[in-house]
Amino acid sequence: MSTGTTKLDVVVSDVVPVNDLVTRFHFRRRDGELLPTFSGGAHVVVEMRDGDRTRLNPYSLMGSPLDTREYTISVRRDDVGRGGSLFMHRSVKPGLEMVISYPVNLFSLDLRAKKHLMLAGGIGITPFMAQTAQLAGSGGNFELHYTCRTASLGTYADVLQQRYDRRVKLYHDDRDERIDLDRLLSTQPLGTNLYVCGPAGMINWVRDRAAALGWPSETVHFEHFAAPQPGAPFDVALAVSGKTIRVGSQQSLLEAIEAAGVDPPYLCRGGVCGQCETNVISHDGKFIHNDHWLSEEDHRSGCKIMPCVSRFEGKSLVLER
Amino acid sequence: MGITFRKETFRDDFTFRNSPEHIRRFPFPFNEDSYMYAVNIEPHVVGPKGSVLENLIDVDEHYVAEMQDRALVLAEDPLRCQSLPHMTLAGWDLLELLMEQQALGYPEHFTLTRDGDRWRWINRPLGIDDTFTFGDTSTLPYGPMEYITRQSQGDFCILDQRDGNLWMDAGMVTTQADWSLDFDIGMNFFEWHAPVPLAHEKGIFIRALKFLTNIQQGKPARRLNWTMTINPRLDTSPENYHKWGPDRATVTPENVGDKVHLRVELQSFWRLPRSNGIVFPIRCYLIKMDELVTQPKWARRLHRVIRDLPEELATYKGLTRYRPTLVEWLSKLDDGSPTSPGFGPD
Repeated sequence: MSTGTTKLDVVVSDVVPVNDLVTRFHFRRRDGELLPTFSGGAHVVVEMRDGDRTRLNPYSLMGSPLDTREYTISVRRDDVGRGGSLFMHRSVKPGLEMVISYPVNLFSLDLRAKKHLMLAGGIGITPFMAQTAQLAGSGGNFELHYTCRTASLGTYADVLQQRYDRRVKLYHDDRDERIDLDRLLSTQPLGTNLYVCGPAGMINWVRDRAAALGWPSETVHFEHFAAPQPGAPFDVALAVSGKTIRVGSQQSLLEAIEAAGVDPPYLCRGGVCGQCETNVISHDGKFIHNDHWLSEEDHRSGCKIMPCVSRFEGKSLVLER
Repeated sequence: MGITFRKETFRDDFTFRNSPEHIRRFPFPFNEDSYMYAVNIEPHVVGPKGSVLENLIDVDEHYVAEMQDRALVLAEDPLRCQSLPHMTLAGWDLLELLMEQQALGYPEHFTLTRDGDRWRWINRPLGIDDTFTFGDTSTLPYGPMEYITRQSQGDFCILDQRDGNLWMDAGMVTTQADWSLDFDIGMNFFEWHAPVPLAHEKGIFIRALKFLTNIQQGKPARRLNWTMTINPRLDTSPENYHKWGPDRATVTPENVGDKVHLRVELQSFWRLPRSNGIVFPIRCYLIKMDELVTQPKWARRLHRVIRDLPEELATYKGLTRYRPTLVEWLSKLDDGSPTSPGFGPD
């Protein structure tokens, strides 16, 4: 794969169940050297060799950027997804040799901020594990608000409270606790930057309220890796490479293009980075855009698609690939 | 072995010269007989032995003299080195990058040893042996960016990435071709490129920004840029225009070969790991016409490039005043035969 990032050969050094849904994986370099330094909010793309198919899923690095002896990621099991998280949970054991990408950061801290206000939902806590560690190491001012379904599913909530005490505020759905968002957003000191990572609904809610309350868009940062959604199989003609491919129901369009031997660029595989953007030459049918990259206008135009997360339903689709 | 560092000056008596080996390794920027802008960006990977790309950060025979010149510039004008408060972490990133690359490429001259956060840096050409705590600015005589860029050839712009743009928020700029860090600091990519003619219409900057914001850790990129300078001056800043501007009126048919210098910038682009910033080292190489024309291919090709350069570009690069004299001088070295493909000499 020539078009992503540089690769790292790693070995799984530990697999730790965290709660009913989440498992943590530790990676070390096979050659025993230190891993590359990274910044809080960075992710790596993990290559999963599952029989004859290779899955590539992005996961946030959650260890401290100050310690690069190992990388850690946390994977939430999704029983109805396409199988990447199930593969991680079932098949990845200590000692397994794997390939991961160099870190890429699409959710970087704005180091000018006087204060960093962080909002996490569920497994969206992982990038904040690294960001809080980075800020704590440099005396940065941060405050983390973390919503989870139940206390037992509050992944790393105990660790965070122990480390940062009152800088962490927890909200449990089963106790009807909810962030008083308007109040929170309207009482922040000037120079605060806002970061949100969690389900799409939460991100939209936070972005909408922040905009309504006058937060400049450049102070609002969000990360949501949409996992590619399963759907009905569809056929695609690739005009440049002269191939016709079928996208399976559990496969993303990007994966199908790669399986046909075409190497489009990618970084996040989650609909946010823009690298795999592809021109649509013609189509007869309906796009199911799941990305956060293209504008609404782009979506309506039918001229562009993000093959990492988006699908198609209809008679014919021709792409410039 | 190691490099034999030259004793030379880039001002007053202008004793700067390239040795014969350095003439052949000069990064001649024209691979055809004409020139127009292009996004000529390629992966910054190690190139042939003996070329300026043998190491990703090049140290050459001019190292010691260039660092002495930089110290003189900074003594006169400390604003050539600036770092906005949020860029200190990026400065540490750059310190690590430059120490690692210089020690890797030139172990006889530079040594870096690390024991956790305790680092020891030995720079033999400049007689430096310092131990410091990585991340603790109080353990160095300057901030991390200034400390290491006083010991590294070329200018350095450190760019913060946010809101889909790049912001020039720190830098060490003493060897520039008529631009100023003090003027550009805090500007974004489009703002600091505003004076460049023609390229905006071609959409070059939009494509270049998209490329640069996607530069990945472990995958640096590079490009070449060029202009011309009268006398081997490293510091051709707007602040010192009164010193170097009038030089352009001093070119005569008799002194072209000695006074007119091709100035090539090897620009590279690196993602910084801790700060997620991008550093943009601009390494300047100078060669006088008398040295350049020792390679007949370069003489023929440079004649055609300068003769046919669009007027706006010639004006932007400040060549207008002496271009006819230069073209006339070079024309005598152009026998009209074809030039071979590629950048290198025959």
